[in-house]
Amino acid sequence: MLIVRRISKSLGTLAIKDASFEVQQGQYFVLLGPSGAGKSVLLETIVGLIRPDAGKVLLNGKDITYKKIQKRKIGMVFQNSTLFPHMTIYDNIAYPLRCKKLSQFQIRERVAELAKDFAITNLLDHRPQTLSGGESQRASLARAVASEPRCLLLDEPISSLDVKSRPQIRSLLRKINARGQTIVHVTHDYTEAVSLGTHIAVMENGRIAQTGTAKQIFCHPKSEFIARFIGIRNFFKGWLKETEGKQEYERRFTNGSMAFSVLTDRPAGPGYIMVRSEDVIIGNTASRTSARNNFEGTIVDITSAGVGIEVVVDIGTKVAALITNESVKKLGLRCGKKVWVSFKASAIKYVEQ
Amino acid sequence: MTSPKNRTELLLLVFAALGGVVLLFIIAPLASMFLNCSLSELADTAKDAQVKSSILLTLWTSMAATAIFAIAAIPFAYLLARKDFLLKGLVTAIIDLPIVIPHSAAGIALLGVLSQSTVLGKVAGKIGFSFIGSSAGIMAAMAFVSIPYLLNSARDGFLAVPQRLEKTALSLGASPWRVFLTVSVPLAAKPIASGLILMWARGMSEFGAVLIIAYHPMIAPVLIYERFSAFGLKYARPVAVLFIAVCLVFFIILRLLAMGKVFPNAKSRIGSSKEHAHR
Repeated sequence: MLIVRRISKSLGTLAIKDASFEVQQGQYFVLLGPSGAGKSVLLETIVGLIRPDAGKVLLNGKDITYKKIQKRKIGMVFQNSTLFPHMTIYDNIAYPLRCKKLSQFQIRERVAELAKDFAITNLLDHRPQTLSGGESQRASLARAVASEPRCLLLDEPISSLDVKSRPQIRSLLRKINARGQTIVHVTHDYTEAVSLGTHIAVMENGRIAQTGTAKQIFCHPKSEFIARFIGIRNFFKGWLKETEGKQEYERRFTNGSMAFSVLTDRPAGPGYIMVRSEDVIIGNTASRTSARNNFEGTIVDITSAGVGIEVVVDIGTKVAALITNESVKKLGLRCGKKVWVSFKASAIKYVEQ
Repeated sequence: MTSPKNRTELLLLVFAALGGVVLLFIIAPLASMFLNCSLSELADTAKDAQVKSSILLTLWTSMAATAIFAIAAIPFAYLLARKDFLLKGLVTAIIDLPIVIPHSAAGIALLGVLSQSTVLGKVAGKIGFSFIGSSAGIMAAMAFVSIPYLLNSARDGFLAVPQRLEKTALSLGASPWRVFLTVSVPLAAKPIASGLILMWARGMSEFGAVLIIAYHPMIAPVLIYERFSAFGLKYARPVAVLFIAVCLVFFIILRLLAMGKVFPNAKSRIGSSKEHAHR
C-alpha cells in the first residue's frame, strides 16, 4: 500500500500543496489533471527524484520519504523513453536482473519470458534508437516490471504514442495490473483515466481536488474546475453490443434498461459512454433530425452553470443539457415539464474498460 | 548592386581563402621538413639506438601518465559535472592553470615538490626511486601539463549524459557505483576517449617541463633539442621527422577507434549528428 501524506513542494512557479492520497495493493490509480497541475512532480517525489519540502511517502507502512532511489523498489516509466541507448533491448531488460545478481541462466529465462509477454521478442537484439514509440514503451515497461517494483509509476506513458499503438499499450497495462501490480498512472487525458483507472484523483493547481472511482468523479464532480476540466456531465457505465444488420459502426450500448446508439469502431465489451452537455438538445416535441438518440423525459433541475443554463432531464437516467437562457425562455422550460432529449450517435464518446 | 545570395557567396569565398592561409601555415613547415629529409637519412636515424629508445620512452611514459592519472581524473570529472560545491568556480579555474603556465615554469614548480629534499621526494627515495632524472619524473611533468585536457573533455562528456538515465538505473535497483560504471561512463565514452587521446598527445609533445625535471633519460623532444643545439638542423631534422611520423600513426589509429569503431552507440558531441541521421 502506498500512502502519500500531505506532500508539499515548491519548484519555481509550480507548487504542490498538501497533496494526500492512498493507493491500495493491486489498485490502478490514476492522477488526472491539466499540464502544470503538479502531477509529475508528485510522481517524482514518490520515486525519489525530488525531495519534498514537507510531508511523507509511506510504502507498505515504511517511511520512504528520504530513502535512496535504489532502495525504494518503486519502478518508473516516463513519457519519453529512458532505455539505455548504449545497450540492446535484451541488456536493457536484463539490467535490473543483473543488479539482483541472478545467474546468467535465470536472466536469460526471465528476459525471454518478459519479451514474449510484451511482444518484443523480435526486438531483443535491437538498439533502442531503432524502435518505434510503441515498441520502446513496451520495452520500458518490460524493464520496469523486471525489477519487480512494489509500485509502478507511469508518467504519461501513452500520450506521446501514435493513435494506433495506444490501445495496445492500454491493454498491456491492464494485463500488468491484473497480475497484481500496483500502478500509479499520471495523465491529462480523461479517457485514459476512465479506461484504465480503478481509482482516480483529480489534480488542480498542485492540490488533489477529488479522489474516487470514475463514476463518482464524472457524475458528481466536487468543484466547477473538475466539471469543466472533464467537460463531461453525462457518464454511463454499461455494455457495448455487437449489432447485426445495421450500419457497421453504429452499435447499441446498454445501461440497465436504457439503450443508446453509439458510433464507434471498438469491439463489444464493458465500457463507458460520455456525452458533453453542450451536445444534448432539448425540444418540446419529438422532431425528425439526424440524431439517433431521442428520449422523452421530465425536467428535474434547472441551474445556472456560469456560461449558460444546465437543464437536467430524467429519461430513466439523468441527462444534463447545457443551453442558453434564451432557449429556456422560448421553450418555456421549468421543473416537471415533459420534454424530448436528443443527441447524435457521433456525439457519444465510448471508452472501453 | 549585389544580391544577398551573391554576398553570402563572397563571404564564404573570403572565409575559405583565410582558412587556406591558416592551413598552409600549419602544413608548410611540416611538409618542408619531410621533403628536406632523405630516405637514407631517415633509415640511418631509425637504426640509431638512442633515437629508438627515446621515442619508445616518450610513447610509454606519455601513455602510462595518461592511464595512471585517468583513474583519478575521470571520477573527478564526473563530480565536476554532477555536483555543485563551495568554490567550484575556483576549482575549475585551478584545473585550467597548467594550460596557461609557461611549461618551463611548470617544470620549476614541480621540481619544488618532487626534488630529493622535499617530503614527496624523500618518500619516493625510501621506496627506492627518484622523480628527478627518471621516467617517474617524466610522467609527472607530462601529466601536469596535460591533465586539463582529459578533465575538461570528460566533464563535458558527463554533462551530456541525461541525468534521467542515471536516475532510472537507480530506480531499477542499481547501486551508484554500478550506475557510474554501466551507464555514465559508457555514455560519455567518446568524449572521455578523446580526452584521453588529447592528454596523451599533449604529454607526448611536452618539452619544457620534462627538460627541467628529467633531462635524462632523454625523451624524443629533448633529444631533438639536444641534437639541434649540439650538431645543428641537419641532425635534428630526421629525428623530428621520425618522431612526428610515429606520433601521427598512433594519433590517427586512436582517433579512428574513438570516433566510432569502438563505441558506435555512445552519445557524444562527436557522434551526435550521425546518430540523428540514424533516427
